[in-house]
Amino acid sequence: MKIDVGYVAELARLELSDEEKSVFQPQLENIVGYVEKISEVDVSGVEPMMHGRTLVNVFREDVERPSMDRAEALANAPAKVGDEFLLPKIVEGAES
Amino acid sequence: MELYELGIRQTQDGLAKGEFSSEDVVKSVVARYRERNGEVGAYLTFDEEGALALARENPKAVPVAVKDLINVRGQPCTCGSKILRGYVSPYDATVIRNMKAHGFIPCGRVNMDEFAMGSSTENSALGVTRNPYDLSRVPGGSSGGSAAAVGGNMCIAALGTDTGGSIRQPASFCNCVGVKPSYGRVSRYGVTAFASSLDQVGPMTKSVEDAAILLQALAGHDEMDGTTPTDPVPDYAKEIEGASLKGVRIGIPKEYFDVKGLDPEVKRITDEAVAKCSAAGAELVEVSLPHTEYAMAVYYIIAPAEASANLARFDGVRYGHRSAESRDVYSLYAKSRAEGFGPEVKRRIIMGTYVLSSGYYDAYYGRAQKVRTLIKRDFDEAFGKVDALLTPCAPTPAFRIGELQDPLTMYLNDLFTIPSSLAGVCAAAVPAGFTRPAGLPVGVQFICGGFEETKLLKVCRAFEEVSK
Repeated sequence: MKIDVGYVAELARLELSDEEKSVFQPQLENIVGYVEKISEVDVSGVEPMMHGRTLVNVFREDVERPSMDRAEALANAPAKVGDEFLLPKIVEGAES
Repeated sequence: MELYELGIRQTQDGLAKGEFSSEDVVKSVVARYRERNGEVGAYLTFDEEGALALARENPKAVPVAVKDLINVRGQPCTCGSKILRGYVSPYDATVIRNMKAHGFIPCGRVNMDEFAMGSSTENSALGVTRNPYDLSRVPGGSSGGSAAAVGGNMCIAALGTDTGGSIRQPASFCNCVGVKPSYGRVSRYGVTAFASSLDQVGPMTKSVEDAAILLQALAGHDEMDGTTPTDPVPDYAKEIEGASLKGVRIGIPKEYFDVKGLDPEVKRITDEAVAKCSAAGAELVEVSLPHTEYAMAVYYIIAPAEASANLARFDGVRYGHRSAESRDVYSLYAKSRAEGFGPEVKRRIIMGTYVLSSGYYDAYYGRAQKVRTLIKRDFDEAFGKVDALLTPCAPTPAFRIGELQDPLTMYLNDLFTIPSSLAGVCAAAVPAGFTRPAGLPVGVQFICGGFEETKLLKVCRAFEEVSK
């Protein structure tokens, strides 16, 4: 099964070097080849299992509560200005 | 006996009697850390001043080492990754709040495979941890720092996390007790997520009694984690008093024993453990978990898939590494992540993204979730016939650092631990012996049904007694 590692990496917003692509390609194809084992199993009529303990609709009352202090929330920011996280400008047409 | 050699129970007893204070215990742990961490590398960071201050404020508290992906306010939380170097937690995870409320204090941050992805701690981007029983060997992973700290007597006890075996396998490699609670038994709030349908925090300790005491402190409903039911937490420590194997039905699943690659010494020690249980009055029952052979494949679809979603938050925006070459939003994300993540993490993100991508979701993730239901059913049926399962914990004892280079071969370390993770049931590793002639630790695994930690801890406690 040929995987387009470069394309999938783009989906994951992960830039890979050519060397990384050439190393990961066979490793991932090997892993995908292994997991394809599950196609042997008869799953007709079987419901998917989402997690270990089926709780549904765990809600709380829609009442405002105090949240994290803004200064604390910004404390680990790579860049900030005032009360806000600072990012590179989103320029129209710049996305690849 | 030095204070750092004590377990939780002995420390609590000594503190209660006024024989020593929490500060004395922390000082002893710090001295041991300074003496041994250079060669073992269990700890990534140790805020000695902070720990002593916390001990002075809580003179009857027991210090516990914390795996470096559990948030403790004011402490680093690197997850073993360069992408979070310098990050300081602004809040406490629920397990930390629970611990503090029960007379424990966090003390030191221990090493781990990056973002909990690995079975040897070799994937840590921030340091090497060595097995205290043989420094040329791995401590296991991903909770390798926790296991090395406990097994090497560099702490009183430690917290680990387990997604596919990351508490149990290192516990087996380093001669400790390690418990993976049932999914939902312990809150995951404030614990950096790897695979959200699998992750659990658990105790890693010097005895089963210690594991019971610490688990009781950690467990319980949390409104910040919607996967924790309101089931009350039993007094585990009290429940396991006088535990016996008499009349306990122990299932021996044949799929866990007839395995290529099972080290002969692991087989010998596990067979001896089975014999000891029988001699102690347990009834051995052969059972079958027919979908066991698919568990690894299911896990290596589901876990990377969930990880790819969970690790999307590391994008250089609000915290963590931001690339100096971020020119626009795309390069901000793609370069920050490329520079910050290690190779195993990248592999798993790509794997996860692939199996969730359009056109592949049904064949991989969708189908894996259905096979997962069948794996869980196997356990449900088995627990209709037996009280607990007894299996090997890892296929081999600790291997040498650098020995396993191929990712898939490394994944096979979790062969015996993955199925119970997928089923959401509880499981524990208990020391069972040492290999000949190398003297490497080997643990065995007990597995019980969902929210049956009392039964699990009783069986483990009774086994511990007969395997001394």
